[in-house]
Amino acid sequence: MRITSFDAIGETLYEETLPNGLRICVVPKRGFLSSYAVFATDYGGAHRRFTVDGEQRDTPAGVAHYLEHKMFDLPDGDNALNLLSANGADANAFTSSDMTAYYFQSTDRFEENLRMLLHFVSTPYFTDETVQKEQGIIAQEILMGEDDPDNAIYYRLLRMLFDHHPIRDRVVGTVESISHITAQTLYDCHKVFYAPSNMVLCVEGDVEPEEIVRIAREELGEERAALPCPDFGEEESLLPVEASVTEFWPVSAPQFMIGAKLRGEEKGPAALRQRLTAALALRLLLGRSSPFYTRLYSEGILNHDFGTETDFVAGAAYVLIGGESQQPETVLSELKKAIADVRENGLSPERFERAKRASLGARLRALEDFENVCLSLVSGVLDGYSALDAISELANVTKEDCERFLTETFRDERLAMVVFRPEEKGER
Amino acid sequence: MEITRAELMPGVWLSHLKSDKFKTACLSLNLLTQLRRETAALNALIPYVLRRGTTRSPDLEALSSRMDELYGVAIEPVVRRIGEIQCLGFYASIPEGDFLPGKQDVLRPACELLGELLLDPATRGGLLRQPIVESEKEKLADALRSRINDKRSYSVLRCIEEMCACEDFSAGSRGHAEDVEDVHYRKLTRQYRELLQRCPIELFYCGRSGLVEVTECLTDALAPLQRGEIDDDIGTELRMNALEDHPREVEEAQSVTQGKLVIGYRLGECMEEPDIPALYVFNAVLGSGTTSKLFMNVREKLQLCYYASSMIDLHKGLLLIASGVDLDKKDAALNEITAQLDAVRRGEISDEELAAARAGVSSDLRSLLDSQGELEGFYLSQALDGADYGPAELAELIGEVDNARVRAIAESVDCDLIYFLTGNGDEEGEDADNEL
Repeated sequence: MRITSFDAIGETLYEETLPNGLRICVVPKRGFLSSYAVFATDYGGAHRRFTVDGEQRDTPAGVAHYLEHKMFDLPDGDNALNLLSANGADANAFTSSDMTAYYFQSTDRFEENLRMLLHFVSTPYFTDETVQKEQGIIAQEILMGEDDPDNAIYYRLLRMLFDHHPIRDRVVGTVESISHITAQTLYDCHKVFYAPSNMVLCVEGDVEPEEIVRIAREELGEERAALPCPDFGEEESLLPVEASVTEFWPVSAPQFMIGAKLRGEEKGPAALRQRLTAALALRLLLGRSSPFYTRLYSEGILNHDFGTETDFVAGAAYVLIGGESQQPETVLSELKKAIADVRENGLSPERFERAKRASLGARLRALEDFENVCLSLVSGVLDGYSALDAISELANVTKEDCERFLTETFRDERLAMVVFRPEEKGER
Repeated sequence: MEITRAELMPGVWLSHLKSDKFKTACLSLNLLTQLRRETAALNALIPYVLRRGTTRSPDLEALSSRMDELYGVAIEPVVRRIGEIQCLGFYASIPEGDFLPGKQDVLRPACELLGELLLDPATRGGLLRQPIVESEKEKLADALRSRINDKRSYSVLRCIEEMCACEDFSAGSRGHAEDVEDVHYRKLTRQYRELLQRCPIELFYCGRSGLVEVTECLTDALAPLQRGEIDDDIGTELRMNALEDHPREVEEAQSVTQGKLVIGYRLGECMEEPDIPALYVFNAVLGSGTTSKLFMNVREKLQLCYYASSMIDLHKGLLLIASGVDLDKKDAALNEITAQLDAVRRGEISDEELAAARAGVSSDLRSLLDSQGELEGFYLSQALDGADYGPAELAELIGEVDNARVRAIAESVDCDLIYFLTGNGDEEGEDADNEL
C-alpha cells in the first residue's frame, strides 16, 4: 500500500490498486463519528458511444443515469437503498457527465454498509418490468429539471458552446430517449463500465485502511477487465457555436450565464496545476474581493447570486460565470474590460499574494467535508493526480500562469452568453 | 466535546465547544429579536448593511482584502428564523493557526473584525450611509423576489405563508419584498442602535482555542457595546389546530410543466409537552428518507412523483409534506399522502420501518457532531429553548421511541392547508373546485 503524509494539512492518504484494477483511496480521520464511502465508475451521461472488444456501440441519452436508478434493485427483491437506510446509513447516488457515484455516510456498522455498497453496485439485476416501472419516476425528474431555470440555463449555454460533444445533452436524457432503454441496454452498459478496473473506491472516516482493502478484495471478483474506450466525437474548436441567446422564463429578474471553452490538459500533475490556476485566476478576476465584483455589486449591477466554475469533464473543459442582473450586457462588457486590463497591466502582485492566502483558507475549509474530499480524490485518480496535493501545489502557481489563463480563455471571440429574461414581455 | 456556557456581558452569552477535529474554527454572533411582519425586512437589512464597511475598512474591497490577508477568514451576514425569533448576525469561518504558515493566529484579528462589523460601521453624520442602505434594500428585494425561481422551495414557502397568514411566522426570516420599500436609512439606524441595546446576544464558538482565550478575544472585541434593558420576552406563538374545519385550499398558476403539491399541518396538541425524540422518529417514518412511507409508496409504488417528503418545524409546530407531481396527478398524490399519514395514525408501522427510522435519525444526530455548521445551528436552537442536552444524548433517546409514541404524534396532527402550484393555460384536467 502506498502511504503519503501531507504534514501541512495533517492528513495521510493510503492508496492501493487491486489485481482486478480497482483503485482504492483511504483517508483515516480519528475522532470523527461518521464515515463516508464512495464507489464510483468512470461512466456518465457523456459516455454514449464507445468501443468495446473492437465493436462500436451507440446508446440513448440518459442510460448512465437510468442505470444508477436501477442499480439499487437486488435479485432477491430487496432494495439496497432500503437495506442501507435500515442500518441508519445515509445513502444515495448521482450521475454527472463523466461519473456515476454511489455513496453512503454512516455512524454505525460501517463494514456491513461498505460490503453492501460494493455488493449492490457490482450486482446487476434488471427485468423489463422493473426497468419499465422506473420510467415514470425518471420522467418526473426530467420535467423537474426542465422547469428549473438554473438547470435550463446551464444546458442552454452548453449547447451554445459545444457543437457535438455529448455533454451538451442532459445527463438524465429526455422523456423520449429514455423510452428506448431496456433491461438489456442496462446489462450491456453495466458489463462494460462497472468492471473494477474502471472504478475507484474512496473512504474517509475513523477506519483502518487495511480493512477497507481486505473488504474490497473479498467482495469483488478478481478478473481484470479491459477498459472501454469512449468516443466523444472529434475535438471541437475553442469557438462557441452561438455567441448570444435570449429566452423568456418565469423568473423574477434576468438570469445570465457567460461561458468559454478551454483546452483541457492531459492527465497527470499538469491537470491539477491547470485546475488550480483556473480557480485562482477566477478568484482574482471575479471573486468576492475582486475590484470587478465589489464595484459591480456596489453599483447594483450584481448581487449575491454570482459565481464562477470551471469544469473538466469527459475530455471537454469550460468556464462558466453566472448570476442575476438587470444589465447582463453590462456584466459582459465589464468582463471584457477587466480582461483588457489584465492584458495591458497584468494582475497586481499584492492582490495575487492575498488571493493565494485566501485560497489556502478556503481549501482548508473544503477539507472539513468528507464528501468533497472523497469526490475530489476520485476525480484526481481518474485524471491522474492526487487531490490532496492541491495545497502544496498551489504555492507553485504563478501570477503569470493566471494572467495567461485569463487572457487566453476570455478572448472576445471565445465568449458566449445566454440570458433568461422575465416572461411578461414575451413568451417562452 | 463539551459545551460551556458563559455570560460575557449582560445578556451576551457564549456557547463554547472545544474541538481539535477541525481545520477551521467557527464563530457566530446572533442578535435575537421577536419576528414581526412589520420589522422583519427592516431587521434583516442590518447585517447586510453592516457588512458593507466599517470605519477602518469602509468598503467591500477594503473588507475583503483584510479577510483575504487573514487567510480567507470569511465573515458573512446570517439572518434566520427559529420559530418566531429572528436571529440577525454573522457567521465566521476562521482557519486554525496550526495549518497556516508560521502557525499564525488569526482568531484575535478575526474577532476584532467581527466586533467592528457589529459596532463600528462606516457612517455619515452618525447615520448608516444612505446609498449603501438603498443598495442593500434593492438586493434584499431581489433576493426575496427570486424565491420564485426555485419552484420546489417556493411552493413550500408559499404553503407556509398561506397557512400562517395571520401569524408573524409568515414573514419568513427576512420579511416580504414589498416591506423593503418603506425602509428609510434614518429609521434603520435607529433600529440598529436599539437592537444593540436590548437584544439578547448568542455567540457560538467551535474550535481549538480554549474558553479563556475565546472569551478574552470576544470581550475585547465587544467592549464598546452599550447595553440597555435586555428584552428577554421573546418567543413563538404555537397554534394547535387548523384555522378552519376543512383544510383551506390554495392554487397558484405559473408556466410550469410539473406541479408542486405542498400540504401544511399543525402538529397539534402534542406540542403542549413535545416528545422531541418521537417527533423526529415520526417525521422519519412518514416522509424523510428512502425507507419512509411517502418515498416507498407515493414514489416507488405508485410512481406519482420524483420526490415526496415531509419536514417538521419543532419550534412552530408544523408538518409539511411536499411533492412534485404531474399536473393531473394532484388528487392521486394527495389521496395517497393522506392514506400514508392515516396508516401512521392507526399505528400501522412495521418493526422494520420503525427500526430504520430510529437508526436514520440517530445517525443524523451523531454525524452532526462532525460538522461545525450543524453544531452551530443545533446549539443556537438549544440556547433559545433553554435546553441543555447535546446531539449525542438526543440520539440515545431516539432508540427508546416505540410505535405508540409515533402514533400519538400522528393522531395529534391536523391538516390546515393544501397548496398546489399548477400550470397555466393549455394543460388539460384543471378544475377550479377540487373536492377533497
